[in-house]
Amino acid sequence: MFNKFKTMAANRHELDMLGINPFNIQVEKIISPTEGVINGQHTILAGTNNYLGLTFDPECIAAASIALENEGTGTTGSRMANGSYSGHRKLETEIAEFYGKRDSIVFSTGYLANLGMLSTLAGPDDMVLLDGDCHASIYDGCKLGGAKTMRFRHNDIDNLAKRMERLGDRAAKTLIVVEGLYSMLGDVALLKEIVEVKREYGGYLLVDEAHSLGILGEKGCGLSEELDVMDDIDFIVGTFSKSLGGAGGFCVSNHEELDLIRYSSRPYVFTASPSPATIATTRQALKKLSAGTHLRKRLHENAARLHAGLKELGYTLGAPPSPVIAVVLDSKLEALHFWNDLLELGIYVNLMMPPATPNGAFLVRCSVSSAHTTEQIDMICAAFSKLRVIA
Amino acid sequence: MLKYQTILSDIYEGLTEITKGRFDINEQSKLIEQLDLDSLQIMGLILDIEDHFDISIPVNVLKDVKTVKDLVVQIEKLSRDEG
Repeated sequence: MFNKFKTMAANRHELDMLGINPFNIQVEKIISPTEGVINGQHTILAGTNNYLGLTFDPECIAAASIALENEGTGTTGSRMANGSYSGHRKLETEIAEFYGKRDSIVFSTGYLANLGMLSTLAGPDDMVLLDGDCHASIYDGCKLGGAKTMRFRHNDIDNLAKRMERLGDRAAKTLIVVEGLYSMLGDVALLKEIVEVKREYGGYLLVDEAHSLGILGEKGCGLSEELDVMDDIDFIVGTFSKSLGGAGGFCVSNHEELDLIRYSSRPYVFTASPSPATIATTRQALKKLSAGTHLRKRLHENAARLHAGLKELGYTLGAPPSPVIAVVLDSKLEALHFWNDLLELGIYVNLMMPPATPNGAFLVRCSVSSAHTTEQIDMICAAFSKLRVIA
Repeated sequence: MLKYQTILSDIYEGLTEITKGRFDINEQSKLIEQLDLDSLQIMGLILDIEDHFDISIPVNVLKDVKTVKDLVVQIEKLSRDEG
């Protein structure tokens, strides 16, 4: 039974021998949305997807504290078994209103939102056509539902159209799945063109806005809002754990059948519902997001500054400026040492390696926050600069 | 409907290109263990096969594909189903 872990054990041993383990970082103390203590050293956090820096927002903390005091620490079970607390349904109403959609379902995590929606929407008699760079949760959802799942080349519209054409009559019943902003390289879907394909061949479209909620669009709904194609999207899935600084996931849709998915979705039915404090902080964060654009403006300024700085240093970057900035490196060993050197310089970023990355790339991935100060962005650039000189 | 030998011949050609001629490929060659293909290469291969033979290959069928022969049998079956 344990033989299958041999490769994993060998990989971990290799990391142990190098004395570098990017996948088991201990944040000894979290100081703010952008600072922590790692290995006893004050560190700037630039790999936490804390895009709007709301994890320490006083109003979110106060909302969570009140909920904790009044409603307790947890719900001790699923909404189906234990019932919904008032905040669960209120959050669903508020997130649906935020997107201007008929209704929503809240899930306990973003992973479960994709797992729950895809496994329930697309059963063994259905077809799913997904972008090859989609997140693991999307693949897992398709697998759990047993749909006939095919892929098209990442953001290749002709490739998508060719596959829809090949499906013939089945295209009209096919669910196309893409992401708004892809989390590895920071590139965005060609959503207008994808919508055009859907208009031509029929089918349904699900967009995962996990990394674009709060980042793109005038209101911060994501790429579908930014490109003004919201009405063409059948299902928008997202997470509360990145821009909103909480935990949980959701799906919004105008399809009235959405509410039936609630009763059929195993990842919804058989999971403990979000705790009152989690719901309260998410509702407060959503209010913040709805109230203004200053956080988003600051985020994009920071992203542009870091992207420009790294570009000027001559690094190969994964995509045009966005809050996800991936530096492409040549080899696994180079990436491991580079990541570790950055950490020693007091900068925490993500190390991303195949098979999680597109095209087998080795990436050092930064995620920018609106809470980063200009000085912190410059310190991140300075660390990259030092390593550039060494390289 | 595509013939087994035609598919096999084209698959040999594709695999030889991907593996840069490093292996003697036969029907029993295991794609991962012996031809050293990783998941990304297999994904690329499947996309190429779909376009080459004009068929749709669900990811689900790949769980039963270990060898070159398994792959050819699946393509033959899918082409029969679609034809």
